[in-house]
Amino acid sequence: MLKLENIRYEVPDEKGSDKEILKNISLDIPDGKFVVITGPNGGGKSTLAKIIAGIYKPTDGRIFFEDRDITEAGITERANMGDSFAFQQPVRFKGIEVLDLIRLAVRNKELTAADACKYLSEVGLCARDYINREVDASLSGGELKRIEIATVLARQSRLSVFDEPEAGIDLWSFQNLIKVFEHIKELTNGTIIIISHQERILDIADEIIVIEKGEIAAKGAKDEILPKILGSDAAVSMCRIQKDAMPQSI
Amino acid sequence: MTAIDEIEKRILAEVADIHKTPTGAYNIRYNGAAQSRNSTENIVISSKEDGTGIDIRIKDGTKNQSCCIPVVISKTGLKDVVTNDFYIGENCDIQIVAGCGIHNCGDQDSQHDGLHRFFVGRNSKVKYIEKHYGEADDGSKGGNIMNPVTEIYLDEGAYMEMESTQIKGIDSTNRVTKAEVKKGASLVVRERLLTNGDQVAESRIDADLIGENSSANIISRSVATDRSKSVFYSHIVGKAPCSGHSECDAIIMDDAKILALPGLDALDPDAALIHEAAIGKIAGEQLIKLETLGLSPEEAEAAIIDGFLK
Repeated sequence: MLKLENIRYEVPDEKGSDKEILKNISLDIPDGKFVVITGPNGGGKSTLAKIIAGIYKPTDGRIFFEDRDITEAGITERANMGDSFAFQQPVRFKGIEVLDLIRLAVRNKELTAADACKYLSEVGLCARDYINREVDASLSGGELKRIEIATVLARQSRLSVFDEPEAGIDLWSFQNLIKVFEHIKELTNGTIIIISHQERILDIADEIIVIEKGEIAAKGAKDEILPKILGSDAAVSMCRIQKDAMPQSI
Repeated sequence: MTAIDEIEKRILAEVADIHKTPTGAYNIRYNGAAQSRNSTENIVISSKEDGTGIDIRIKDGTKNQSCCIPVVISKTGLKDVVTNDFYIGENCDIQIVAGCGIHNCGDQDSQHDGLHRFFVGRNSKVKYIEKHYGEADDGSKGGNIMNPVTEIYLDEGAYMEMESTQIKGIDSTNRVTKAEVKKGASLVVRERLLTNGDQVAESRIDADLIGENSSANIISRSVATDRSKSVFYSHIVGKAPCSGHSECDAIIMDDAKILALPGLDALDPDAALIHEAAIGKIAGEQLIKLETLGLSPEEAEAAIIDGFLK
């Protein structure tokens, strides 16, 4: 369903020379699979997710979506082909309400509030409290994250990519979020790729791909890969994420 | 309602959401003269003796009623000047709609300068909706000009919410809003403004908080595109223990220019006054997010602006 061939991605560094973020990544992700891409911070995972969504253009290599070469396709075109992307840092909009955003996601201006509420309930939000809230700074990180995931679920895409759903949220929000991902296969109709190094998310994957220093360090079935990476930077517990995120002065 | 034509019908729908003869109290002003009017038992509309406009008198205790006084101009070269005074009794809860629309079919400027004065009695609650709209025939060179002045006098415990929108077709506007807020009274002003082409819009809001526990909340959102220019001044003066908040957000695009000058003036040590102002382009990540939902870049931009000005 999604095939990456020899993907390279370079950006200019401070000295003006090219820095290689991704080195020759080739992947073949079959239809209907739940794949988690993990690896240490700075290894290139989120860059790869953005290349799949069309946000970044690869320096070299080709991308195929259902056998169609989409390397040159823009974000909108890919989205309309059946690709969805949940941001690591959900975007805020002044004036756009949660209902507006869900209507935009399903491309149906007439979608009723009752129907939109179903998507919010799926991500554990009490829909009536949120449907007319603005998607702005008045929402917490956890609330925004769940609304972001709801917009992706609402689209029922053939491919859904979630970039670090655990990033920037507290432990309580994460506990609720993990329940959503435990049922994600029932909530979507297609292939799921999650960028995460959280062991509870890795534990529900069909396949795990480890990306390190811009290269694939390991890939295979969850039962094969997870035992090898437990306790490393590629598979950390939520408690450790929380501890690492604590300000040093506290 | 008499002699309604298609232009008038369209403009009334745009500015006052009127699609047929309105119910309740109304006064429709068409090309500088009253076209139709209706008073009710509690809301009485009468012409001023000097012919400069109308008086709207609302009896004490009038609740859940509305009054609609739209203005339509469809003559090119007309300069319409009007003064409308609202005398709102005590303990009322009412809605007032006062839109103005210009259809310019020629090469001369059409202009509407309206002065609206609100005298709001004790403990009354008023929602005031004002929408300005302009359009022109293809090829017509006449400008659409509107210079509305609003004066608001809130007696003790009164509350007024003013919602003012100018989204389309006004080439030049100079808006002035002044308010005097007594003890325990509250003023909320929400202004939405979009300028495009070579349009110029200036808005000035002055609120004097003269009574104990009075408050004002002024929220302005504007979008300036093409070569247009938008200017916003707000000035909250705290003359008593009071609270005031002014928020001005603007999206700037193309070669537009925006000036925002929120001002606070505390004349009492217990005046708590805050202002926020931000001007910026549409964030790239906002466009990308909406593109990942399948919107084209143009659709994404329009959705962001629509939401911002909602």
